[in-house]
Amino acid sequence: MSEATSETAFEAVGGQHSGSARAWIARRAEGVVLPLAALFAGMAAFSIFLLVIGKSPPELFELMWRGGFSSWFSIQNTLSRTTPLLLAGLCVALPARLGLAVIGGEGAIVLGGVATAAIGEALGGSGLPGPLGIGVMAIAGMAVGALWIGGVGALRHYRAVNETISSLLLAYIAIAIMNHLVEGPLRDPASLNKPSTQPLEAAYRIGSIPGTDVHWGLAVGVVACILCWVLIEKTSWGFAARIAGGNMRAAQIQGLPVGSLIVGFCAIAGACAGLGGTLEVAAVHGAANASLAAGYGYTGILVAFLARQNPLAIIPVAILLGGIDASGGLIQRRMHLPDATVLVLQGMIFIAILFSDTFYGRFKAFNPELWTEKA
Amino acid sequence: MAGSDIGLWGVPLAILGGAIRVSTPFIYVSLGETITERSGRINLGLEGILVFGAMTAYAVAYMTSSPTLGVLASSGAGACFGLFHGWICKFPKVNDIAIGIAMMLFGTGFAFFLGKPFIQPLAPHLPALPLGFWSDIPQVRAALDVNVLFLIGVGLAVVLWWAFRNTRIGLIIRVVGDSADAARAMGVDPDRVRLLSTAAGSALAAIGGGYLSLYYPGSWNESISSGQGLMAVALVIFSRWNPLGCLAAAILFGGAGSLGPALQSVGLTHGYYLFYAAPYVLTLAIMIATSSPGRTLAGAPGALSITK
Amino acid sequence: MIQRPACNRRQFLKTSTAAAALGVLGTGSAPAATATLGFIYVGPKDDYGYNQAHAEGAAALKGMAGITVIEEEKVPETVDALKTMESMINIEGTGLLFPTSFGYFDPFMLQAATKYPKIQFRHCGGLWTDKNPKNAGSYFGYIGTCQYLNGIVAGHMTKSKKLGFVAAKPIPQVLLNINSFLLGARTVDPAVTCQVIFTGEWSLAVREAEATNALLDQGADVVTCHVDSPKVVVQTAAGRGAYVCGYHANQAPLAPEKYLTGAEWNWANVYKLYATKFLGGETLPNFTRGGLADGFVKMSPLGKAVSEPARKQFEAKMAEMLKGNYAIIKGPLKDNKGSEVVAGGTAYVETAIELENMNYLVEGVIGATS
Repeated sequence: MSEATSETAFEAVGGQHSGSARAWIARRAEGVVLPLAALFAGMAAFSIFLLVIGKSPPELFELMWRGGFSSWFSIQNTLSRTTPLLLAGLCVALPARLGLAVIGGEGAIVLGGVATAAIGEALGGSGLPGPLGIGVMAIAGMAVGALWIGGVGALRHYRAVNETISSLLLAYIAIAIMNHLVEGPLRDPASLNKPSTQPLEAAYRIGSIPGTDVHWGLAVGVVACILCWVLIEKTSWGFAARIAGGNMRAAQIQGLPVGSLIVGFCAIAGACAGLGGTLEVAAVHGAANASLAAGYGYTGILVAFLARQNPLAIIPVAILLGGIDASGGLIQRRMHLPDATVLVLQGMIFIAILFSDTFYGRFKAFNPELWTEKA
Repeated sequence: MAGSDIGLWGVPLAILGGAIRVSTPFIYVSLGETITERSGRINLGLEGILVFGAMTAYAVAYMTSSPTLGVLASSGAGACFGLFHGWICKFPKVNDIAIGIAMMLFGTGFAFFLGKPFIQPLAPHLPALPLGFWSDIPQVRAALDVNVLFLIGVGLAVVLWWAFRNTRIGLIIRVVGDSADAARAMGVDPDRVRLLSTAAGSALAAIGGGYLSLYYPGSWNESISSGQGLMAVALVIFSRWNPLGCLAAAILFGGAGSLGPALQSVGLTHGYYLFYAAPYVLTLAIMIATSSPGRTLAGAPGALSITK
Repeated sequence: MIQRPACNRRQFLKTSTAAAALGVLGTGSAPAATATLGFIYVGPKDDYGYNQAHAEGAAALKGMAGITVIEEEKVPETVDALKTMESMINIEGTGLLFPTSFGYFDPFMLQAATKYPKIQFRHCGGLWTDKNPKNAGSYFGYIGTCQYLNGIVAGHMTKSKKLGFVAAKPIPQVLLNINSFLLGARTVDPAVTCQVIFTGEWSLAVREAEATNALLDQGADVVTCHVDSPKVVVQTAAGRGAYVCGYHANQAPLAPEKYLTGAEWNWANVYKLYATKFLGGETLPNFTRGGLADGFVKMSPLGKAVSEPARKQFEAKMAEMLKGNYAIIKGPLKDNKGSEVVAGGTAYVETAIELENMNYLVEGVIGATS
């Protein structure tokens, strides 16, 4: 996916031209202006669509603002929905830097949640203090997620199995396993009409950030994004991964440990998604059940692409998509539009963002050379 | 219709029936994707196009009382999506896998949006040929109730296989798929060929969707698809871009899909979720078994982005 | 009909000097002349099944003076549900919410009810107990009795003596339906059996069609179901010449020749009950259940294929049930593994709380809960 930029290999790994601040801004601006322009283009296309069906675009965008961002209540609504998107986005973005298209994060989320609930049940009554218990559960969730997506990476490297398809198949299989476990071996007999695992002890639940309705998972998600960004941009592992992402065969020829990179990054991506599952169980539901398969993994694909696979950019993008989601209900109720309207908007934005890839390097205004000479 | 008790024979009969009934959308989507991928593009948006085709076929069939018109309309809609995909992907640096995922989301969302008024009404169904007329057993007759689209699909697979080997247009598609430069050297515009291949592929996928809504299960609602579009793309890869392989794979997949309910009906109820996962496990297992770093690349169209 | 705690009857003040849309009401405080009621559905409103039944009930309220109805569909059973409820309360001033899917109850509705003590929440299908917040409650209908009546007609119409049931998940409400269906059929002929296949999902068209075909392959000639949208099951079964009994809503238009009758919800009655009380400032009951006699559930009109003896028995049993306190599950009763689940002499009327814990399939049902 990093071939989306026009940069040379040098620039692909963040090589800096010597030169002025303006040159630096020019280089970075491209990565911000183009996606924003694409976002607006997508929304404009959606507005035309609304006009065709006789609805008012200003009304819709006003409701979107109101439902997602304009009041403290709306902001909290948006932030609650952001957490799973952060982690699901990381699950797509990390392998994408290596040039892999992994879209099966849903499976890692679901199994991570089940592992969390199972460990939580095993720890019940053990007297292990709350934070420690949560830590153990999180490790379990991350480990299972890492195995699942790491497996996708291994299949890709050792057996050349296409990772998009294998991750998707594994997602379906994971959901089936989750359903089987939740309704069978792990089922809590008291969970009558909604088969669930044993509810977690109160000590092992994750609470809200004081003064808000948003649980601590948001902070965890943001920290995860920052750590992943550091991994990719500031470590030698990340450096090697980006080179491999630019040209896998060249990287192999140069002796980079491509296999370890692929499996390792996929495992980390899976760990992020698994952590997302842990948070859903420990902070939201209190147990694992079929509601874990809520489609966050698939929205995460959109998040990652909109953020152009940059973990830091995932934060604002997840907030944006969380806001669109949060306002979806209001739009449904006020404008009598079906729930699918939000899907159409997301699809149009997505296509616009992807189309904007072709404009990188085409506008002279963004060329740092232009600005360096003037320095 | 009172059925005779057939006991355990229910399972192979269900697999046979399922192989015919459930495989048809897979046949169309995988054949369509074969054309597209042979030309060097990958179109993951077929899941969205399948759903949109299902909706269009149902809506048009309802409004015109003609299922045939419904199927034709859906192929038209699919072709439009394919043209869009093909057009947008020809721009430099636009990633066709990503566009496919976007079309998957967009196509599904758009189909649900437009399809709301059509969930309730009843559209006429596509006809079926009772190929089991020779049997007295109603279950056999039901299993062999074959829809016209299945037969057309089988025929199409053979035609495509022959065409890729023996016709000029097949050669052109293959050359474009292997190397855009070689195609240009031949005087062929690779973008145009890919555009038309994607359109054709999407049209076929949409017909597969029309089968779902107009024959089996024969209803339009928002849970019509269980990932058939995406699975079919997997089928294309492990059948090595061979139309006959696609046909075989689709039939295998369809049979595997009926395993869950059939096994439950003869008493194997424990772990039924895992049986429902059988098609996915089977596909994955076969993909693992038949791929290897050396072999995957053999036979793959050279320009296909996933093989780079 | 069960109502707990006992309802305080207050004067219904017919006043036209209401304040501006005050949707917020406590339990039995000043009555408002207008109110906003919010409905939350887990699936699409027009699914010919579960959600549609609720939407039709909500639609019956739209004509009522002083009531504004807001609805949201396809709200998943995640934090989305909580946020939707909060959004309806904060932005539209909703005073009474109806989250209609089972999975909304715990923890989402309970959290919302704790957080907004002045707003009323009534959940469909949940098991409200005294330990839950007082501004919350649950309601449900005894549709098992309707499946029993379905079973009686099915018992008459089946020639193979084998019935089929396409079920989503083996939860108590579904198991009660399956058991009632079979027990009703067995009052006609004790040799009748019913085979059940679980699809594992509340709504998945292809699997429901495959399950129907598998049941028919095994000899069933009357089919019913408990999935969110029975449309596919009805069409597939009728398409192969089997009879169908409907569920949730009336699917007769889909298969007029083969539709026998159906178990339907009559949520309009329930919602009108709540709405009227709410507008009148009365305390809303916390635990509401009702059956045929209370008008919470109803049967579809009998189809043209139904035989005369079937009709007679159906009507006789219906009359008996309308007197109230009918027990379908009564001892001695064995499950299909051979153990006794109900001792001789015990009878569970439709209101019995034990029925909400059902975890077995009665003898005569072919299939297993896991």
